[in-house]
Amino acid sequence: MAETVLEIRGLKIEATTYPPGEPPVDIVIVEDISLSLEKGKVMGLIGESGAGKSTIGLSAMAYGRGGVRITGGEVLLNGRDILKSGARGLRGLRGREVTYVAQSAAAAFNPAKKLMEQVIEATLKHGLCSRSEAEARAVALFGKLGLPDPERIGNRYPHQVSGGQLQRVMTAMALCPEPSLVIFDEPTTALDVTTQIDVLAAIKDAIHATGVAALYITHDLAVVAQVSDEIRVLRGGQTVEHGTTREIIEAPRQDYTRALVSVRSIEHQPKPPADPVLAADGISARYRGTRFDVLSEVSVDIAAGHTLAIVGESGSGKSTLARVITGLLPPHSGEIRFNGRALRPSLPERSKTDLRELQMIYQMADVAMNPRQTVGTIIGRPLEFYFGLKGEARRKRVQDLLDQIEMGKGYIDRYPAELSGGQKQRVCIARALAADPSVIICDEVTSALDPLVADGILKLLLDLQAQQGVSYLFITHDLATVKAIADSIAVMYRGRVVRYGTKDQVLAPPFDDYTDLLLSSVPEMKLGWLENVIANRKMESAGN
Amino acid sequence: MLRHPVLILVAQRIALGILLLLAVSALIFAGTQLLPGDVAQAILGQSATPTALANLRAQLGLDDPAYIRYFNWLWGILHGDLGTALTNGQDIATSLGKRFGNTIFLAFWAAIIAVPTAIILGLVAARYAGRWPDKLISGITLATISLPEFVVGYIAMYFLAVKWRLFPSVSMVFDGMSVGERLHAIALPILVLVLVVLAHMMRMTRAAILNVMQSAYIETAELKGLRPANIIVRHAFPNAIAPVVNVVMLNLAYLVVGVVVVEVVFVYPGMGQYLVDHVAKRDVPVVQACGLIFAAVYIGLNILADVISILANPRLRHPK
Repeated sequence: MAETVLEIRGLKIEATTYPPGEPPVDIVIVEDISLSLEKGKVMGLIGESGAGKSTIGLSAMAYGRGGVRITGGEVLLNGRDILKSGARGLRGLRGREVTYVAQSAAAAFNPAKKLMEQVIEATLKHGLCSRSEAEARAVALFGKLGLPDPERIGNRYPHQVSGGQLQRVMTAMALCPEPSLVIFDEPTTALDVTTQIDVLAAIKDAIHATGVAALYITHDLAVVAQVSDEIRVLRGGQTVEHGTTREIIEAPRQDYTRALVSVRSIEHQPKPPADPVLAADGISARYRGTRFDVLSEVSVDIAAGHTLAIVGESGSGKSTLARVITGLLPPHSGEIRFNGRALRPSLPERSKTDLRELQMIYQMADVAMNPRQTVGTIIGRPLEFYFGLKGEARRKRVQDLLDQIEMGKGYIDRYPAELSGGQKQRVCIARALAADPSVIICDEVTSALDPLVADGILKLLLDLQAQQGVSYLFITHDLATVKAIADSIAVMYRGRVVRYGTKDQVLAPPFDDYTDLLLSSVPEMKLGWLENVIANRKMESAGN
Repeated sequence: MLRHPVLILVAQRIALGILLLLAVSALIFAGTQLLPGDVAQAILGQSATPTALANLRAQLGLDDPAYIRYFNWLWGILHGDLGTALTNGQDIATSLGKRFGNTIFLAFWAAIIAVPTAIILGLVAARYAGRWPDKLISGITLATISLPEFVVGYIAMYFLAVKWRLFPSVSMVFDGMSVGERLHAIALPILVLVLVVLAHMMRMTRAAILNVMQSAYIETAELKGLRPANIIVRHAFPNAIAPVVNVVMLNLAYLVVGVVVVEVVFVYPGMGQYLVDHVAKRDVPVVQACGLIFAAVYIGLNILADVISILANPRLRHPK
């Protein structure tokens, strides 16, 4: 029997919410969670946002974010109930016996301090070893995690290293005091897929090399399948199912787990060719005051009623292309053609009809809507602006649009704050549709949503396309989404289109190097996928 | 060598400051020209003959067009010549120099006490935000800033000078006094100034710290098991320097520029009293010179605040 590092029994966590104009309400966030974790094992906690997975993870440090309180149960760390430790006792074990790796390393590092200072801070604070020993430990960890120049990277400030590197430094920071438990809270979610795979491999190797126990929190089942020994599926603060990783992936027992495993099962038939409705021709653009092209000679077109997916990692220029097409950023060469006619390069010069024909949906639905306007006002605005609809006629049209996005009567007088994330994005879709456009530019519209909700949005977009023949320019970094809905694909890398064609052409070998890297980096819901990919890459680089 | 972005930014700020100072000098000059009354008339009195007036005007250069007089004035200032006082014919630079020294001496000691006290109180208030130490600190500092300075001044004078006889009620300083004697003489004005500027800086420190305390990296520090006081001093404060420095500099400027009332209450021979005296006598050259010096102090301290803010930003200090 291996040594138990963490044991949670009957955990209950509550928080107080303050609905406007009403007395405060206590709500239960997590109820009756029990789990135990042995030395050297990794447990995946998986669920959608609001499932309580981060809250449970932080409870292993007896920490509650923003007014969250642990109100029941026991949390035993190395056999001691840490909920009874008191503030001083907790300070003694946080950063020593249990450490934390946050989702956004960029935000979790103090911008004013050098990396090395922060990495060894907990180790020194707890008096675990001398400064020179701690630095030696950190350097060894930097090397183990595959960071470049491990001797000197600690002298840098957080803004001087990339996001993927920062996430590894954060992992080194968590491992430096040689804790018995590390909590990884979505450590790769904010990274590009091509970066994610390396960080994931580095984290996995480091966990195995140090023999530490870990809680790995994520919403991405394919990711957690690569690193964890067992998985616990959470929903609404309760356990839906738990078992070994193999059991959960290969033989899920609950419907909810099955839905998570089979997510992104959308299929759609290839469409017959059609004439292009919108074309970008040799677009090169740069931002004011800079001297390099963010986009260079980008040429793509979108057929009527089709979906063109623009794929690439952050910084590849895909959102900039959307800005050029909408006229927010006039290009310095090339032109945008709409139905064969060149559009004016900058937004103020375009006619109202041209503006109407191109609509946009954004990644963050909640900041793309005025929080002080009702759904009816938000969707009604383009109706009035473009078509002069007023009063009852406008309200009726808004209701039709709400029906189209599968939201019922009750929503027209609600405010955005009363809607869920998926509903907000639906309202944004309705607002775009209200203008009756030919092309809708969708900029990462599902990236901020949970997988099942994102699936619903994608299905809705496909249905609307089938009914109305609208074209989509679909910007995303998520290849699974692309496979689900694209008719043609343009792969962008550093401001250039490196691969462009119909979906079947782009996704069929032979691949160029970058597309190959991109495609092979998308986590698959298979055990051992990560090892295979890494092994293949090693073989290839050895062969070269 | 001017490739480092920080150097470029600092050079820009300084150039802007000089430009601003020029604009202010023009404004001061124009403003004093708009004042009613005639200097020659003021000097010679109501009974002056027209000939005498005309002679004096010509002598003072009052007949030249305004812009010529402005450039003459500016040229003189650039050579250290602030002109002569109309009322007593003394060189302004000489009499102002000593007064300015006294004002700076008072401001310096007030700042030495007030700035660290305000920042420490702000840190303590942030550490115990919403609990009694925070409320006590906020209450006291708000009370002292809400009372007019002359009220605080007279209260301090009543207790510390009259009743308990600890310090003199009149802050007389003269040549030959040692620093210790001077400090004893100006203890009360220092106290009043400290109380007046404390609240502003303390509240800004508290607000800036509490703002930074929302950051994810503060949570990281908490989860390392650091003590709250350590988190505030080592992780929050370095990131709160920019807003704090700006308020500190505004208050330092106030200590130089805004001490008129306190100087008058304690009869301290500083620039404020000098200015008030000469405004009453319509001595335009003195008023102009004082105005320009005050403006220079104000602009200079604000440039300094900008420069410190720039230097406090690791992204600018250590570019990629």
